[in-house]
Amino acid sequence: MAKIRLKNVRHAYPPPKGQKPEYALKEVNQVWEDESAYALLGPSGCGKTTLLNTISGLLTPSEGQIYFDGQDVTGLPTSERQIAQVFQFPVVYDTMTVFDNLAFPLRNRGMDETLVKQRVDQIAEMLDLSASLRKRASGLTADGKQKISLGRGLVRSDVNAILFDEPLTVIDPHLKWQLRSKLKELHQQIGVTMIYVTHDQVEALTFAERVVVMYDGTVVQVGTPVELFNQPNHTFVGYFIGSPGMNILPCSIDKGFPVFHNNILDTSSPVGSDVDGKLEVGIRPEFVSFEDEGIPVVIEKVEDLGRYQVVTVLHESDVIKLIVNEDQTIPSESPRIQFNPEQTRVYCDGWFVEGANHE
Amino acid sequence: MNKTINNKAWWLVVPVLLLVAFNAFIPLMTVVNYAFQETFGDNVFFWEGTTWFEEVLRSSRFHDSLLRQLFFTGMILAIEVPLGIGVALTMPRTGPWVSVCLVLMALPLLIPWNVVGAMWNIFALPEIGLLGNTLNSIGIDYNFTRQPVAAWMTTVIMDVWHWTSLIVLLCYAGLSSIPDDYYQAAHIDGASRWAIFRYIQLPKMKRVLTIAILLRFMDSFMIYTEPFVLTGGGPGNTTTFLSIDLVKIALGQFDLGPAAAMSLIYFLMVLLICWAFYTIMMRNEEQ
Repeated sequence: MAKIRLKNVRHAYPPPKGQKPEYALKEVNQVWEDESAYALLGPSGCGKTTLLNTISGLLTPSEGQIYFDGQDVTGLPTSERQIAQVFQFPVVYDTMTVFDNLAFPLRNRGMDETLVKQRVDQIAEMLDLSASLRKRASGLTADGKQKISLGRGLVRSDVNAILFDEPLTVIDPHLKWQLRSKLKELHQQIGVTMIYVTHDQVEALTFAERVVVMYDGTVVQVGTPVELFNQPNHTFVGYFIGSPGMNILPCSIDKGFPVFHNNILDTSSPVGSDVDGKLEVGIRPEFVSFEDEGIPVVIEKVEDLGRYQVVTVLHESDVIKLIVNEDQTIPSESPRIQFNPEQTRVYCDGWFVEGANHE
Repeated sequence: MNKTINNKAWWLVVPVLLLVAFNAFIPLMTVVNYAFQETFGDNVFFWEGTTWFEEVLRSSRFHDSLLRQLFFTGMILAIEVPLGIGVALTMPRTGPWVSVCLVLMALPLLIPWNVVGAMWNIFALPEIGLLGNTLNSIGIDYNFTRQPVAAWMTTVIMDVWHWTSLIVLLCYAGLSSIPDDYYQAAHIDGASRWAIFRYIQLPKMKRVLTIAILLRFMDSFMIYTEPFVLTGGGPGNTTTFLSIDLVKIALGQFDLGPAAAMSLIYFLMVLLICWAFYTIMMRNEEQ
């Protein structure tokens, strides 16, 4: 058990000949509190796996340090870090039985055989593998193999953290849900730090207490699911979390208020007029509504999703999405929309601009 | 509706039948023909039954060369297989040295067999050969044309030099097919270098290794050209392996009956051992 701290961690893979190295991790400063469940969320290729591998020691970062409880472990090999990691694709030792597979990490560390048996039986019970403990691991289905991989990650009780790298990708949806609940349950029982990498926001939001959102090699926001939804710090978070994602619209600033195509928008957090860069205004579809007054729009498309409808409208050439209750009628003649001022947020070069009244 | 019954399509099989007949069946039958009869020329044959077979199987000359053959094959397999695996494990997985290593490894395989024999013959000559001369000048009495042990060692080392590459290349192919995930998982699980070899690399190499051992067994069991050029079976009969002995009987002494019987016995042995080996391997695979 340990608090894990990454300090100025940057990493670049060796580039192809004659090219400059490109940083897969641009700069990460991040503290993983002990005994918490984190989800590491981000699109494919944003550096999630790289970050995970630097924590487990499979990769030594090009720059920066990693501390476990204040001890610098940057140069330590994987075997001395006491980290368990489960990979995206199942890894099983073909020639061994399921039991031997699960026992492998324990035996390698010289654990007493009676304790090994006890521990393996316990984990097998939890993953419904008890019936096949004596079978050869190579004969199992992809599901079964991935359960073994999970089991090998969970079997050690002395680990600092367990890292999951999209572990449920190959598992069918029903079982996926079950296993995720099991992991969560297990986390509550043993309270070990868990970091769960995924690109699926539903998976992230249901598993974790805190979600770390990564984009293009950096951590853009850390927060609870509710924080990420209500106060996205970066346009990427707004766009990536929520369905449909946040509307991101071009704007300019006049006296601290965002102006969208000559429409001055009210906001509860006006900004200083000294902001410089690419300005955008972000508003979630949940907080846009049809009103008598407001921005005139043309209705493009209405999708009925049962309990609510997603309406796509156009103003000038910009697309705005709204979420409207199922029982609400959609105006057919010269519809106008308004943004909820509480939820209208201004972004500069992708980052949220703190309101002037906060300063 | 009337169906015309027409078997003309069978004619299409004729070319294949002819090919098989001329390159396998007829030559084999000629050998069978000689194995059961005695001839004094002029195409006059006398039925001998199993006389030749009994003679061959009882002759101590056949026993000796068979024993030498088995010993030689066992020895080169015992050296080449571990050595080949070892070399494959130390070869780089990525980078510019990969192609250099592969070419260096493939080189001995590209040299014609009689050239290999001639090369090693010259290389090992006690007076002028680099190897022979060096050994003698550092005080080791070495003369492969006169000392049985030296002749054996030279033949074995020549075969190891010539054929270990094959095992290296096959094992390397097997190793390259192992995804990185396996090594990463093994590191996480705290596996030792030996455990990684035993539980990841060896199982993944099993299939190619089976092929490699089978190929090396067959080739070495039928080896002829290289030892013939290097030692000619000598000194005395000490490096006379089965195929060299067979040629001596058939073409040197012109004993066609015993030679034909011996050919068949030889052929059946290779077939039997390969079949047994393959069956055992496949049974393991199914488990």
